[in-house]
Amino acid sequence: MAIRIGDQPYEGRVKAGVDNTFMREAVSSAQGRFRSGKQKSSEELGNWEDWRTLGEEIRSHTLENIDYYLHQLSDKVEERGGHVYFAETAEEANTYIQGIVKKKNAKKVVKSKSMVTEEIGLNEALEEAGTEIVETDLGEWILQMDEDPPSHIVTPALHKNKEQIRDSFRDKKGYEKTDKPEELAAFARQELRKDFLSADVGITGCNFAVAESGAVTLVTNEGNARLVTSLPDTQVSVMGMERLVPTWEDLEVLVGLLTRSAVGQNLTSYVTSIIGSKLEEEVDGPEEYHLVIVDNGRSKILGTEFQSALHCIRCAACINVCPVYRHVGGHAYGSVYPGPIGAVLTPLLDGYEDHKELPYASSLCAACTEACPVKIPLHEHLIRHRQIIVEEEKKSPQTEKIMMKGFAKWASSPAAYKLSEKMARTSLKPWTKEETIEKGPGPLKGWTDVRDFPAPAEQSFRKWFKDRKKGEDS
Amino acid sequence: MTIKNRDSFLNNLAANLGRPRRTESVERPAYSVSPQKEAWKDATSEELLEVFKEQSIKMSAEVEETTEENLPSLIRDLIVREGNSVIAAGGERNDLYGLTEMYEELESRIGEVHIYDSALGKENQVIAERADVGVTFSDVTLAESGTVTLFNDKDNGRSISLLPKTYIAIVPESTIVPRMTQSMQVLREKEKSETEKTPSCVSFITGPSNSADIEMIKIVGVHGPVKAIYVIVRDS
Ligand code: SF4
Repeated sequence: MAIRIGDQPYEGRVKAGVDNTFMREAVSSAQGRFRSGKQKSSEELGNWEDWRTLGEEIRSHTLENIDYYLHQLSDKVEERGGHVYFAETAEEANTYIQGIVKKKNAKKVVKSKSMVTEEIGLNEALEEAGTEIVETDLGEWILQMDEDPPSHIVTPALHKNKEQIRDSFRDKKGYEKTDKPEELAAFARQELRKDFLSADVGITGCNFAVAESGAVTLVTNEGNARLVTSLPDTQVSVMGMERLVPTWEDLEVLVGLLTRSAVGQNLTSYVTSIIGSKLEEEVDGPEEYHLVIVDNGRSKILGTEFQSALHCIRCAACINVCPVYRHVGGHAYGSVYPGPIGAVLTPLLDGYEDHKELPYASSLCAACTEACPVKIPLHEHLIRHRQIIVEEEKKSPQTEKIMMKGFAKWASSPAAYKLSEKMARTSLKPWTKEETIEKGPGPLKGWTDVRDFPAPAEQSFRKWFKDRKKGEDS
Repeated sequence: MTIKNRDSFLNNLAANLGRPRRTESVERPAYSVSPQKEAWKDATSEELLEVFKEQSIKMSAEVEETTEENLPSLIRDLIVREGNSVIAAGGERNDLYGLTEMYEELESRIGEVHIYDSALGKENQVIAERADVGVTFSDVTLAESGTVTLFNDKDNGRSISLLPKTYIAIVPESTIVPRMTQSMQVLREKEKSETEKTPSCVSFITGPSNSADIEMIKIVGVHGPVKAIYVIVRDS
């Protein structure tokens, strides 16, 4: 699967998202709840802006010295009985982990949620090698059953309702109870316990590794990461190379920013730091521990104007405020990383060729930048992406047409039309001067330098007509 | 233990950053702000205790308060209330707080009483899996988030606070600190210490396990304990 998800073209994905009413409502209510949770827990701190500043400074310093800190981290993990493997590509990482699984003759692998393993397509690689992989995060377990990709970084099965989940449980696992979330979860608990107890290898991601101690820290609410790191004899943690902090003190600051921004909690139920293999005389914990540090295109971003995209702590706050994500949902981005950060990161990791539309899947309202706990200038990165795409395409003769392509795509299908005209009114606001838009950013800028772009009417004809009809009906 | 591909990997990072590889003398800069040091700066221990209780309840934990003297009987009553079997962490605090005796007596009353014993190996996990209740002490307790911190080791195995349906954390009042900032100082000291080793696992636990993965509805008790009870022991 790797970073790209689905094989539908962009227009199809957008349309599927816009047409899926349940998904859109779920997304919009989730966004609302995540946002108010974040607001409450960050307000409680009183000086949220200081925390963001500190978070940004820690991330900048770490990335500026990433070679130093990764060196220190790997020394520490080795000192504590672990093996460290530096993987430049997804293939290298997958082959190494396949090797461990084979050597252990592992029949079953339990996994806790990890974006980077989705990105490198680890499950597919291990399944090819004949191993059973069990995703143990409740949302991921549901998705795995239906072979569905995640649609949100924090709540991956956001696009599914409980009836659909009950049906999958019934068809695939012989579940007999109702669609009550409690009963569904109790069933998952019971099924997954068996997997935990019989698994040979546990695989986790990594929210933050601490360079000075070798501690790989996992942030969860369900407790599955604790089970994965406590029971199997062999454990593998896979981390994107940028997911590290210098010291325990820095860890604390970023964990606080993450849990508040992601789920509006001062801390999640479980924050677990794992240091190498278990100590002598200890029973719980792995005998054999591996840390796999993955580049997979990240190093290309270092030293460029996009470097701060690597500061991301995957909290999804930018996703939860994004008006475009609200309308199209996660799958429309065609990447394991959706939303504003996905639109910034995916073309950087996987090239512009297949993701040219992504930088346009944004209204540039800057809500993402404001929400980001480590102050990544997301909308500025998106503008820069657009400029680069336009510059590239300028070399072709149909300049003007192609510059508008991203925009035109929104309006090219009836479903997307409704969405784009609705969005355009709010999203283009900052640049509207009375009736015309003078200097829009990105492709609009190219356009408006030549002529004025008509601003969308306050109330579009379609909407006006529909509202009028509604009024008549009642 | 092995480290593979490190040099080529890190050399490439340095090259992309446009400078030679850094292997030493990188100092953390003095950051421009330090809100973590300001938080709860002037709070009294009484205030922190209140914050801890409030936060714990908010995070769906049950909170009990007792004295050192009454601790053994309260723990016994809670275990009996919650089920018929218990697994408890070993270590000297059981003796210090008079729990060893209580556990011995309890054995005749309920199905199973097990003090985690690393000599028994994986048998401990099997017992933890079937136990109704797991009991450990909190090593550092965080008021701001309602969190108990466990430095897991051979006596306080990871599975005690994880596999049983009900988890009881004993919280001596003296372990309560404002927030994670202070627990990190403890860990940094261990890091620098010549004699002490940082634990192989540090577990920060806040309330029972939960999930909102189905339609964003909060469900308590997914993989870990369904119930978390914090028993605060007031300093005498
Ligand atoms: S870009 Fe910022 S807001 Fe978005 S997920 Fe990353 S850290 Fe969170």
